[in-house]
Amino acid sequence: MNIIKHRYLYFAISLLVIVPGIIALIVWGLPLSIDFTGGSVLEVTFGSGTAPQPAQVFDMLTKDGIADSQVQSSGTDGLIIHSSEMSDETKNQVVSELATMSNTTVTISSFESVGPVIGQEVTQRALLAIAMAALAIIVYITFAFRGVQHAFRYGAAAILAMIHDVLVVVGMEALIGHFVGWEADSMFLTAVLTVIGFSVHDTIVVFDRIRENSSIYRRLTFTEVVNHSTVQTLARSINTQLTVMLCLLAMSLFGGVTIRHFTTILLIGVFSGTYSSIFNASPILVVWENHEWRHWFHPADWKELTAK
Amino acid sequence: MNRNYRLLILVLVVWALVIWAVLPNNPGIHIGNFNRTMKMQEGLDLRGGMRVLLQVDLPDGTPVTAQELDDAKQILLSRSNALGVSEVNFQTSGSNRIVGEFPGLTNTSDVVASLKQVGQLAFIPMGQTQLAAGTQVNVDYSDILARNAAAATTGTPAATAAATATATETATPAVTATPSATATPAATEIPTYKALLTGTALSSVNVQVDNLGKYNVAFTMDAADAKIFGNYTSAHVGDYLTIVLDNVVVESPVISSAITDGKGQIEGSFTSETANQLAVQLRYGALPVPLKVVETETVGATLGQDSVNKSILAGIIGLAMVMILMIYFYRLPGVIADLALVMYTMTSFALYKFIPVTLTLPGIAGFILSVGVAVDANILIFERMKEEMRSGRAIRQAIDLGWSRAWPAIRDSNISTLITCVILFIFGSQFGATIVMGFAITLALGVLVSLFTAIVATRTFLHLVLDNLKFAEHPRWFAK
Repeated sequence: MNIIKHRYLYFAISLLVIVPGIIALIVWGLPLSIDFTGGSVLEVTFGSGTAPQPAQVFDMLTKDGIADSQVQSSGTDGLIIHSSEMSDETKNQVVSELATMSNTTVTISSFESVGPVIGQEVTQRALLAIAMAALAIIVYITFAFRGVQHAFRYGAAAILAMIHDVLVVVGMEALIGHFVGWEADSMFLTAVLTVIGFSVHDTIVVFDRIRENSSIYRRLTFTEVVNHSTVQTLARSINTQLTVMLCLLAMSLFGGVTIRHFTTILLIGVFSGTYSSIFNASPILVVWENHEWRHWFHPADWKELTAK
Repeated sequence: MNRNYRLLILVLVVWALVIWAVLPNNPGIHIGNFNRTMKMQEGLDLRGGMRVLLQVDLPDGTPVTAQELDDAKQILLSRSNALGVSEVNFQTSGSNRIVGEFPGLTNTSDVVASLKQVGQLAFIPMGQTQLAAGTQVNVDYSDILARNAAAATTGTPAATAAATATATETATPAVTATPSATATPAATEIPTYKALLTGTALSSVNVQVDNLGKYNVAFTMDAADAKIFGNYTSAHVGDYLTIVLDNVVVESPVISSAITDGKGQIEGSFTSETANQLAVQLRYGALPVPLKVVETETVGATLGQDSVNKSILAGIIGLAMVMILMIYFYRLPGVIADLALVMYTMTSFALYKFIPVTLTLPGIAGFILSVGVAVDANILIFERMKEEMRSGRAIRQAIDLGWSRAWPAIRDSNISTLITCVILFIFGSQFGATIVMGFAITLALGVLVSLFTAIVATRTFLHLVLDNLKFAEHPRWFAK
């Protein structure tokens, strides 16, 4: 089996997923939740079983001076109200007004309110956390692979594969989120960080085999060693992925609505993580070893790139 | 006794401890000062409740010491316990925030309002001027500070009270004045009055009902301050003595006669609750720093319970599918890996109860993901084992090579997962984001536990099965 031979095909498949995601990101943007922007989300259910019309509630809120609210119905007996940051007093007032309006008991299912300053800080720290994680992992891999030639390349390739997975996840979040109405919240961030962890975890397993084989098969070319290692670890990669994805699939299907967004993102990320460790991370090592970028801009040379 | 039996004893001892810990009627551990109730702690998203993030409300750049924040946390805790809110938990977060968690409560705005109030009481001699209740004033504490400073140099016990009071007294007026100053030009003319005494003068505070059924807050002053109060009231009979709480006038009574015993009462227009709240604030002292609510999160109990039930079901289904898959892939080793997986699940739960780890929804997700990681270690080993068998090695040799050759990959990949967990945890703790922290903790614990169950336990079991069941040593049981 020759996986490495078709490396440019796999890169193209990756782009096929990433590019639409990035376009979605540019055109629609990533809808951020109040965790990052600040604001309030109030979810209520009505005892009588029927919620008032969202438009009616919107008018009521506007009268109260909450001008920027968005009211959605959730099921037949619930409402979700998004607005700028609401104090606890305002929330109580809104709830009692809703009770008067609908003439029934109103139960708060959930209420979340985040100040704008804290939202901004969360965003900054989140980006910092991702950068820190990437840096720490590069350093660790370079250390763990210090015995092989160009140890830094392994760290860098693992991070490139990781960036691939982050792009896939963020792009898909923008693309699917646009149609399903997802908002990137702190749970999404947790999912992204998990995908990063998983992606690197997976890549290291393949790289470990290259590390081992480099000293065994001294007569093979680097490309052959990489291909051999990738094929050898293929069964493990697929089996592990199947088990993790089965777990996540169970969570997605039976775990309730609250975590469906989270598990779906993880599912995409884990798939991408395995894909990138087999089809991107190791081929990147080969591209780097052969300095193939010299041929990229000369169409006449393109045959060379897929020769072996 | 060979190595495998020694390891078996270790594994069985660990397992026995784990089973004891997982038992629902576990009595808990109480050895000396070490106490663990061994009860599963459910997070707010599971049991319902409210989480509030409080931030120090001072202009940017004002330094807040860790001590002040910790004092504030302690005062908040005392206040909430006195208000009858049970199981409340406060934690400092970052350099200027405190997270409060109120399990089971979904409508705690009154509680939070009275908690975050600084609670700085001042008695202000007003001469012949009467201020209406609700009037905004600025309080000048310089007389008290000077008196305390003098007391401190002479070494009276009043010095400690002065030390805690200083920070508040200088900080509070500045903050409450700033927003009003920008709001209306007239607000800059908030009058400033000198305080005679503050809330620190009070030694005991009680709620009383008078004969008209009205609530008031009765207080007794400590001896030194009672003397100051006595001297002043004797000399100023007929004057007004205004009582101010956090720069707002509560009442302005006339001094009808000298009060020399240090006893008195505050008669605002109180309800039973507001009187009690004020009493609690006075009893546990003023907050060293003013606080404001920057984030609130409330989860209804039904939503939480629904999520728990669904996640548990999802967990069982996920686990069952993984176990079936492992047997399908690896046969005998698969069965043993499943045994290790059951042990892994139980060990994780035992640790959650012991540490204790507050179980949140993302925490459960983190656990289920760590199941994947645990199984991955076994998959790596078994795949390697199969490879070694295919290249002609005997079963036992293949087992040992499988373990030793898969180890570097398991080690390096798990360390990188742990690195991510640590960074996630640090990120979460900055914002009191218990959700992110819960996820990081369960994932990290999972990685560590799996190193024991998936590696040590599985290997021991596999060797013991081969030692004792001769027929098992056949490639047919290994899906070669």
